[in-house]
Amino acid sequence: MVLSLCLIMQFCEHPGQELQHSISWIPAIGASLSLSAGAGAAILVLLTAVVFPLIFIAQWQRPIENQSRFYGLMLLSQAGLMGVFLAHDLLLFYFFWELALIPVYFLCSLWGGEKRIRVTFKFFIYTFLGSLIMLSAIIWLYVQTPTRSFDYATILQTGQSLSFGTQQVFFWLLFIAFAIKMPLFPFHTWQPDTYEQSATPVTIVLSAVMVKMGLFAAYKWLLPVLPEGTAYWSQTVMVLSVTGIIYASLLAMVQSDLKRIVAYSSIAHVGLMSLGLFADTPVATNGFIFQMFNHGINITGMWLIVSMIEDRYKTRDLKALGGMSGAAPAIAISLVIIAFASIGLPLTNGFIGEFMLFLGVFQSANPNHIAFMVIAGLGIILGAIYTLNMVQKVAYGTPKTTLQIEKIRPGELFCLVIIIIIIIVLGVYPKLLLGLIG
Amino acid sequence: MKPLIASTLSGILMMFLALWVRDKSRVSTLALGLLVIVLGIDIWSLREVLSQNSALHFFSGMLIYDSFSLWFFTLMTGATLLYVLLCRKHIERVGQHVAEYYALIFFILSAINLLAGYGNLLILFLGIEIISIPQYVLAGSDKRNLKSSEASLKYFLMGAFSTGFLLMGIALLYGATGTFDIASLNLGSNGGDINILALTGIILLIVALGFKVSAAPMHFWTPDVYDGAPTPFTALMATIIKVALFVAFIRLFMNGFGLVNEHWKIVIAVVTALTLLIGNITAVFQQSVKRMLAYSSISQAGFMLFAVLANNAFSLKSIIIYSVAYTLATIGMFTILMKLKDYTYDGFNGLAKKDPMLALFGAIFIFSLAGIPLTAGFFAKWYVLTSVLEHDNNLLWLVLFALVMAVVSVFYYFKVIIAMYFKPGDTAMAHPVSAADRFYIGLTAALVILIGAMPNLLLYLIAPAQ
Repeated sequence: MVLSLCLIMQFCEHPGQELQHSISWIPAIGASLSLSAGAGAAILVLLTAVVFPLIFIAQWQRPIENQSRFYGLMLLSQAGLMGVFLAHDLLLFYFFWELALIPVYFLCSLWGGEKRIRVTFKFFIYTFLGSLIMLSAIIWLYVQTPTRSFDYATILQTGQSLSFGTQQVFFWLLFIAFAIKMPLFPFHTWQPDTYEQSATPVTIVLSAVMVKMGLFAAYKWLLPVLPEGTAYWSQTVMVLSVTGIIYASLLAMVQSDLKRIVAYSSIAHVGLMSLGLFADTPVATNGFIFQMFNHGINITGMWLIVSMIEDRYKTRDLKALGGMSGAAPAIAISLVIIAFASIGLPLTNGFIGEFMLFLGVFQSANPNHIAFMVIAGLGIILGAIYTLNMVQKVAYGTPKTTLQIEKIRPGELFCLVIIIIIIIVLGVYPKLLLGLIG
Repeated sequence: MKPLIASTLSGILMMFLALWVRDKSRVSTLALGLLVIVLGIDIWSLREVLSQNSALHFFSGMLIYDSFSLWFFTLMTGATLLYVLLCRKHIERVGQHVAEYYALIFFILSAINLLAGYGNLLILFLGIEIISIPQYVLAGSDKRNLKSSEASLKYFLMGAFSTGFLLMGIALLYGATGTFDIASLNLGSNGGDINILALTGIILLIVALGFKVSAAPMHFWTPDVYDGAPTPFTALMATIIKVALFVAFIRLFMNGFGLVNEHWKIVIAVVTALTLLIGNITAVFQQSVKRMLAYSSISQAGFMLFAVLANNAFSLKSIIIYSVAYTLATIGMFTILMKLKDYTYDGFNGLAKKDPMLALFGAIFIFSLAGIPLTAGFFAKWYVLTSVLEHDNNLLWLVLFALVMAVVSVFYYFKVIIAMYFKPGDTAMAHPVSAADRFYIGLTAALVILIGAMPNLLLYLIAPAQ
């Protein structure tokens, strides 16, 4: 019943363009409950609305301890995430930002691997530190607004009118919070452990949707609000991004745990997205929004397959896996397609997104744009190496297990088919989504 | 005058009641009845002041009832009512002289009345003494317990010492200005200058008041006294009494020394930083939740000191919100603690399985203390930090420092959550949680959430004060 309720809730939402809704909340300090769905926000709400039902459907036939608590917390985190994407008021944004964190903290700590409590606590402290640094920036920005308001327009105006030096300080206060959430090298150290230790449905929430909080926040609350500060520091951020791409890709190559490989690949993908965002050209920004959606879909597929493999083989170790194409062909084929999308082969959504990002970076006014492109391109090649290596070891080769491998279940098949349809449709006809971005 | 008379008379009445009413539970019920009457009289006076739109002066300005002081007093009476509802069974268990305990609580209330409305340094002194002496007695009320007696004696000796500072400070101020009346102190009216006599007086007052609100480095009594005193009275001392002393602190420094703030601001800023640092860092290493809450009360005092530092129209608003948020969450947490047998973190292990509802309420209180949004604690922190940045940016470093310390506070607050939710175990309960307990703890938690979602409710009535 909880499940059906949530589905109804999600499909009742029709994210349109530039919907805006605002009511007064705390007039004494000029905060309002103001929601707005611009292009980026609408797409991320759509992503959230697609990913959560997929998680629930895939989870359908797998009983989990304390079901009602699990789904309750999942829905709470979903509410928080949608709030972050839609908030048009800085205080409200902060509210939802924290609200999304609390249920996820419980989800990660209650279900998952053995070391989960320590690991999750580290994750919580890390992001909470970021949040509070951001809070200090919010307070400071707020007391500078002429009318004492958190409204987006007012914040925009105030931020832009700050002096260059102040903008730089603000930039770092906000950027650190967002970078921890993304996570961007070198703020990523919480990520692989948390992804590895938490239960797969929660990992999907973390990597497919929560990561976008940081990216989206930078897109909506950092770049337009502090243009001069961003312009000055974007070079540094881009260096961090490409370093992250290479660093994470190299680490992914030597991992043997499936979850850790996907976790590091996620850091690399996020690095590419933030590279595009901070290149700050129209094409790159559109590609950035488009790729945020794609990455969410692809990585959801990836995690679903990892959890299916773990269910069947009782291990995530690459060395103990092999020959899945014979035992469970449907899963193996899906893995191949999703892996192609994740490394950005033509005809998949990843190709369009990455192409737009690269084109954008190429067009950017940054003096080192060619260097960034080359290094990021190298990262893509490394990505292809470890992803295909993983596919090869998992799907092909000789089976190394004596376990009876179960074929795909209907619920799982349904999820994978939906994901593959999205991958191919957006790969062939991206205008569907790009039209929405404008 | 009515609220002051009502609370004092109730105290005297309670003392004599002990002669006739022997049944402990009936004593509590009578005390509750008297509290409701006092609350009614508060609201009546508050309405009077609000409708007249001007403050009431008594004894040529020695006591001033404006909408702020009455609103604060109403809130604190309400908080005391809630406190008695939550802890009545535990107060009855402390010892034989239950009626006396309630009498002392009523005297504390009348002292809060003086502290919220004083217009004269002598009344401030009276208020602080009247609020302190019942505390010495309450801390030692568990006579068979050595730790309780130790706490009482320690608190009494140190408190007497700090009274010396307070009197010396008042005397020096009198010497410098020739008056006890705060409105006519006239410090800084000649362009912010101050003579050395008055400045020494102010510094001595910072020491004395800092001692009372357990600001570092005058905090050393706090952990021992809070740990040693019977838990129901620790809950009272750490919450209602502490915030009342803060209101006295703020009123004095705003109304009396506001114009010469550049002379004392840096002292308070350093005290704030020290309080935050020592309170938070030491709390991390505690094993007992009761002691942790004692240190947490020190670190929360650090945040409340921001309201003193702000020294502007927002100070009073922020202290009202902080008082209510902090009081609700801390009383709630102490009530849950009292139900358990083992006061260490391990005592909380597995509470979520054994009693999910109680664990949920506990989690709400902890979130509020840590300042997570959607709880009252977030807005409390928000207000004090915003108020201090309102007029100048010089204290940005302190705000940043406070927020870093808030991250540290997560370390010890969340240990309780981890124990309740993620650690296996079977929580040993010392006392059963009755349906009434559950209702009142739930009510407290609901108030924490309500104020966290709509802080306007509290600000609505304070707005006319400014």
